[in-house]
Amino acid sequence: MSETGEERNVLGGWLLVLPAALFIFAFTNGPLLATLASSLAAAPIAGHGGGFVGLQNYSDLFDDPSFLTSLLNNLLYALITVPVSVVLALAMALGVNRAFPGRATLRLFFFLPTMLPMIAVGAIWLFFFTPQYGLLDRATSLIGSGDINWLGDPDTALAAMMMVAIWKQAGFFMIFYLAALQNIPPVLHEAAALEGASRAYFFRRVTLPLLGPTTLFVMVTAVINAFCVVDHVIEMTQGGPDNASSLLLYYVYNAGFRDWDINSAAAATIVLVVLLSALAALLFAVFGRRVHYR
Amino acid sequence: MRRILAAIPLWMPMWLFGLIWALPLLYAIWSAVHPPDYSTVFDPFAPVTWRNFADAWNAAPFARYFLNTVLLVSFTVFFQCVLATLAGFAFARLRFPGRDLLFAALLLQLMISPSILLVWNYREISWLGLANTIPAMGIPYLGSALGIFLLRQNFRTIPRELDDAARLEGCSLLGRLWKVYMPLSRGTYVAFALTSAAYHWNDFLWPLVISDSVTTRPLTVGLEIFATPDQGVQWSLVTAATLLSSAPLLIAFLIFQRQFVQSFLRVGIR
Repeated sequence: MSETGEERNVLGGWLLVLPAALFIFAFTNGPLLATLASSLAAAPIAGHGGGFVGLQNYSDLFDDPSFLTSLLNNLLYALITVPVSVVLALAMALGVNRAFPGRATLRLFFFLPTMLPMIAVGAIWLFFFTPQYGLLDRATSLIGSGDINWLGDPDTALAAMMMVAIWKQAGFFMIFYLAALQNIPPVLHEAAALEGASRAYFFRRVTLPLLGPTTLFVMVTAVINAFCVVDHVIEMTQGGPDNASSLLLYYVYNAGFRDWDINSAAAATIVLVVLLSALAALLFAVFGRRVHYR
Repeated sequence: MRRILAAIPLWMPMWLFGLIWALPLLYAIWSAVHPPDYSTVFDPFAPVTWRNFADAWNAAPFARYFLNTVLLVSFTVFFQCVLATLAGFAFARLRFPGRDLLFAALLLQLMISPSILLVWNYREISWLGLANTIPAMGIPYLGSALGIFLLRQNFRTIPRELDDAARLEGCSLLGRLWKVYMPLSRGTYVAFALTSAAYHWNDFLWPLVISDSVTTRPLTVGLEIFATPDQGVQWSLVTAATLLSSAPLLIAFLIFQRQFVQSFLRVGIR
């Protein structure tokens, strides 16, 4: 036995790890490698096995306007939903962190959308967005700009998807900020008050740095959601009109299950994975260094 | 003016914002508990009715969808816990060649979830002859990197002395896991199980792809089929069905609010 309290047990170790490892390799690591291989191959046609075609699938992909639209849409979608959700979550947490009448109810209002399936959220917003019938349209018609077909207009469909995503996740991020705020020692407030520091200064120099690890976690989660959740797109717009609300995973789903074009679906998946990893790495590089661990 | 503004407590704009935030949900609730004629008519004296829920329940095989979801979630969470316990224990307390490399490889799943590899996983599950079965909707998730990670972290905090004492009494490796490690990790199990159950109750894309009949379809997929607007279904039925299918999780959350939030925090911050 070593001093770290670990015992050497080769057979036991491997046997215990094997079942879980088998499943993870069979349905995550393995398929990722297989997808990479398939993105470099051509589809077998009439008995002729498809061979290695290099980057052909990728160059075809980048010639496909619907793929380019999905890619740009997804980048914009991430660029907006991630910071907006995070800032809203922090604002909500700061708001409900102090005592006031009905605080528990308000917290519940913010958090409830998180507990709904994305499909239920989609159905609720579908109703909310319905032209002439939905509440949003009735409200905008009061101020004279009604009759916006939110989901049917290419100019607003992607924005509608963003609203839905933000509404669903901001309350979830709020609870992490709330917990982090409650972990800030009261001594710091007292010290700052003695020093005569303004609230803005305290927030900028004490609160925000202490929230660093939370922000990093929340941002990474938001980035993963931005690339891996398309339930609302499938339900509300099917990527339309004219690909205006299509995202990468939706493109993959379509290529794989509507067009049965396995190889371009594979190439699009790899683009998605690379983008997701790059953004996560970027976040760790930018925030990870400045994160203040206690 | 300044004085008037200062007199308004900060919580009033917070409340306004909160009400706007809750509006889509409140609107759906309104439409679900009133007759269709009042769906978008805000008359405080509108008659309240539960008929929409009954009608929605009868308009599609929701009872079966419920059963499918319950089976899917219990199957998935149970096996996730079993596999993660075994692996988490080995990673926490045993030393064997290749351990750290293997651990790192498994953690890939924390970022790349099996559901984005759906095209390949669909081929694999079909090849195994399992397409359109309830287990198929859970199988890709049975090995859970998150579960392994959480349990490993927790097992490492358990005092070595307890383990040694059990060993001196002749307890086997698995006996110690069962009698010492697992009982002391109850909190982690609850946290992981609640988080995972919520995830799989709400999961949509993978079940959509792999299930293709009433006897396997979970609630989310059933709801999506029901809620597609060109079906010509009345909104009051759609909103009632939406609330119905979210109700079990929402009610569980309202009762065990603290446990849920604590679990999410525990799993999230890790």
